[in-house]
Amino acid sequence: MAVDNDTVRRIAFLARLKVEPEKLEDTKSEFNKILEWVEELGEVNTDNVEPLVSVNNEALSLRADEVSEGHISQEILKNAPAQEFGYFVVPKVVE
Amino acid sequence: MSEYVIETEKGKWEIICGLEIHCQIISKSKIFSGASTEFGDDVNENVSFVDAGMPGMLPTLNQECVHQAIKTGLGLNAVINKYSEFSRKNYFYADLPQGYQITQFQYPIVGEGFIDIDLDGGITKRIRIERMHIEQDAGKSIHDIDPHKSFIDLNRAGVGLMEIVTKPDFRAPEEAGAFLRKLRSILRYLGTCDGNMDEGSMRCDVNVSVRPLGSDEYRTRCEMKNVNSVKFVMQAIEIEARRHIEVYENGGEICQETRQFDPVALTTKVMRKKEFAHDYRYFPEPDLPPLILGDELINKIKTELVELPDAKKSRFVKELGLTPYDAMVICENKEVADFFEKAATGRDAKKVANWLMGDFFAMLKKKNLEISHSPVSAENLGKLVDLITKDVISGKIAKDVFEIMAETSEDPEKIVEEKGLKQVTDTSAIEAIIDAVIASNPDNVASYKAGKVNLLGWFVGQVIKQSQGKANPALVNKLLKEKL
Amino acid sequence: MSDLTDLTIAESLSKLKTKEISPVELTQAYIKKLDDNSKYNAYVTLNADEALKAAQESEKHYNNNTNRSLEGIPLGIKDLFCTKGIKTTACSHILDNFVPQYESTVTQKLLDCGALFLGKLNMDEFAMGGSNETSYFGPVVNPWSKNTPLVAGGSSGGSAAAVAAKMCAAATATDTGGSIREPSAFCGVTGIKPTYGRCSRYGIMAFASSLDQAGPICKDVTDCALMLNAMAGYDAKDSTSSKNEVPDFSSFIGQDVKGLKIGVPTEYRPDGLNSEVAAYWDKAAQILKDCGAEIVNISLPHTKYALPTYYVIAPAEASSNLARYDGVRYGLRVSGNGLDEQYINTRTSGFGAEVKRRILIGTYVLSAGYYDAYYLKAQKVRRLVKNDFDEAFKKCDVILTPTSPVEPFAIGDKKMLENPINMYLNDIFTVSVNLAGLPAMSLPIGLSQNGLPLGMQLIGRAFDEATIFKTAYQLERGANFVRM
Repeated sequence: MAVDNDTVRRIAFLARLKVEPEKLEDTKSEFNKILEWVEELGEVNTDNVEPLVSVNNEALSLRADEVSEGHISQEILKNAPAQEFGYFVVPKVVE
Repeated sequence: MSEYVIETEKGKWEIICGLEIHCQIISKSKIFSGASTEFGDDVNENVSFVDAGMPGMLPTLNQECVHQAIKTGLGLNAVINKYSEFSRKNYFYADLPQGYQITQFQYPIVGEGFIDIDLDGGITKRIRIERMHIEQDAGKSIHDIDPHKSFIDLNRAGVGLMEIVTKPDFRAPEEAGAFLRKLRSILRYLGTCDGNMDEGSMRCDVNVSVRPLGSDEYRTRCEMKNVNSVKFVMQAIEIEARRHIEVYENGGEICQETRQFDPVALTTKVMRKKEFAHDYRYFPEPDLPPLILGDELINKIKTELVELPDAKKSRFVKELGLTPYDAMVICENKEVADFFEKAATGRDAKKVANWLMGDFFAMLKKKNLEISHSPVSAENLGKLVDLITKDVISGKIAKDVFEIMAETSEDPEKIVEEKGLKQVTDTSAIEAIIDAVIASNPDNVASYKAGKVNLLGWFVGQVIKQSQGKANPALVNKLLKEKL
Repeated sequence: MSDLTDLTIAESLSKLKTKEISPVELTQAYIKKLDDNSKYNAYVTLNADEALKAAQESEKHYNNNTNRSLEGIPLGIKDLFCTKGIKTTACSHILDNFVPQYESTVTQKLLDCGALFLGKLNMDEFAMGGSNETSYFGPVVNPWSKNTPLVAGGSSGGSAAAVAAKMCAAATATDTGGSIREPSAFCGVTGIKPTYGRCSRYGIMAFASSLDQAGPICKDVTDCALMLNAMAGYDAKDSTSSKNEVPDFSSFIGQDVKGLKIGVPTEYRPDGLNSEVAAYWDKAAQILKDCGAEIVNISLPHTKYALPTYYVIAPAEASSNLARYDGVRYGLRVSGNGLDEQYINTRTSGFGAEVKRRILIGTYVLSAGYYDAYYLKAQKVRRLVKNDFDEAFKKCDVILTPTSPVEPFAIGDKKMLENPINMYLNDIFTVSVNLAGLPAMSLPIGLSQNGLPLGMQLIGRAFDEATIFKTAYQLERGANFVRM
């Protein structure tokens, strides 16, 4: 399943990364090299094999419904690149 | 089945509609963190490091949200899945701090179920539920503070949601409306969601397509996101259906896309075309092992479940003799049903129902009050009905008494006593009034005797008026007939 | 005493307890050493002043006999662990100046045991790499380098180099595909990746959540037991952390291995395996045999597929885990025209080449239409890899393999840089362990002809670190490796 330039661009946008036009070919060929390599997995017969989702065999623990955190907006905003009136600020999002 | 057909010059069309409803789970803390779910607190105050998507932070699942989901599933007559999994739905948005939403995808906690909806004419229709899963809410972006900036408040980020997905079973806007009201009623009975669409604690996505009447094909559907009232949902369905029909009848094709309903212009407009649809890259959430539920827990919740509107309705019809319509109206809201049951116990329930749905509801509406804040208590409403039943006061006097109760919250017995409103059943007292009325109206007496018998009503009215409403009407009637 | 930094933790503790040395003296000695050895580029952030203050506190604890298990022991912390008030960057430009307002569970446990932190250690950016060359702060130089600067291994290259060059008594590290074991082998030190779930991941920046696990890198096996005792344990804040009881790992130090079955997997000896590596492997087996253990041949048939499996699952999870680095709430922000462009600019300049490569691969394998072929397939093969170990452990108690097929190579090695897969192949002996969630330790076995350290790996059953400690201690004694 070799990828083309459009796919690389589409994937890059999904990941919010930019691939410079001059690097597109290199990125694509590297991409294909890695994909070709992982496609070795196709050799393995996985009929009737359950996917391994979690190596833990322990049941998920549930937390009691208590308010134990909050009222730390200063700490929450401490590292913010931009903030005003207690909000995080980003460029205008146009719907 | 209700027939709802859109008829044009060129043909007859049928609507196919399904709903996806996001319901905020009632819980003290968020679904994956210990921050409060309180609405309306100061900006970014109900935010933990987990909610803010800080590096290295991990989700922990709130037990209450799971229990609430099980309750809701049972209320939707649905299968509770003993194995469910969380997944990540990946997309970038300013109010989605992790860059993904933790939701359930392949293995939701609740499977297929149904809700019976009540339609006009006493018809019920079964709407099938496809699934329900639990997930986290996003934060809020505020766009109208600054022309160049959006402001992000994460207080809502991580509040638990239940997403209920129906089968495409709706054939009319009214059905969707009835469904939403019924669903809201069930959720409120269960105490799992407060169901306020205007505050956003219940939000509805609407999928609409149309097909020629009689056909069984499924045509391309469009989705309208976040339609935020029952009325708007009904309008959106009709308007979108008519748009599809117009396109088809002009030889066009409908594209699968996300649209937005504009309740002012009464149109829908495109938000996102299919080719720009998100690729959410769902995969199992590695931070949370699968959720395994035991029979014991499910059964415990089942036995503790409150009586739901449908069951209550049948009981009111069967045991208290209400009409199905009255029972349905009273049972829509659990507080109303509880109030009614308290007022009606040991009395003529139908009379109580009439009072409740008549003067009582009118009073609440006029005063703009919730039933929980009613100045007239259930006990006092019951007592008032007792006073009428026992002929202590007439129905007309009762209305006056009720008005006083609504102002003072007083016991009707006390009001009747203090104001001397007891019905006069003393024959001689009434006879005296009758004699006076007859004496002062010789012309009418003559007409009556000449055969104008319908004047009797006028005489009854005169007598009751002179008794200041206290004369028992039945008695007045009987004595008048004798005297005349 | 020539140099206090020569002491192991165990030795230091006994001298501290007898007040032969003081925590301040010990800390000063390490601070001097990390200054002298700054050429190795092992530290990215220093915390020397705070460390000295903490050492003074520790001194009080010794004076009033309230000293805890690691009282006054100066540690280095991999820059992936969030440390409250101390800059933590994962050695990425995107986390420039990020100062966590919270402490990771593992580092908190170490603080609670009286340990103190000298600073934050260099690593591959977001732990992605096998040579520490992807760090935004430049590569770590292997202290064993002769004329050409050699890599320290990765991703925990700073941790391994700092321990080897005595710039800390021990270090924390993390291991997703070999990131504790490979640098330990390259730098001639001892590191253990415990069972998945043994140590909490709370507060450790996530690379691949289903594979990441924290562990210590130390001067010897005994110290690893002391450190792991402090680091391990259930944490309610990490839903994947295990409730399994944590034994006192130190109690297994010195126990004999008579009758223990040591598995040697045939698939780990491919044609063309470095002959020195192969020879040391035989030597290690012989040492254990001489101690009374029994060597058994085992088979791990899916070994060949472990790396491709890993390079689907790890990037997939990473692509999602790294979505939160978006310039909205913390870290680097590079403005752009609108929010999407700001995301793109921030992430494109904030992440290095290897991280971006893995995000792209991970995004691709999860995207619509490819999920089944890549991610689901990899999850299935992952089960087969785990099944291989389950079968093998029916025949043996612990598995012995080399840690790495190669010795440390030069920084900027052409072959490694021209094709990322060549670098990935160095993890061939370590990744299977992460896929199966098992514990594994690397300890030095001897020097190559080039005078560079080579490591051996011991793999145990899930939650049976005990057998690893037992075996490793005997192997360590037999190998008699001389530390730097």
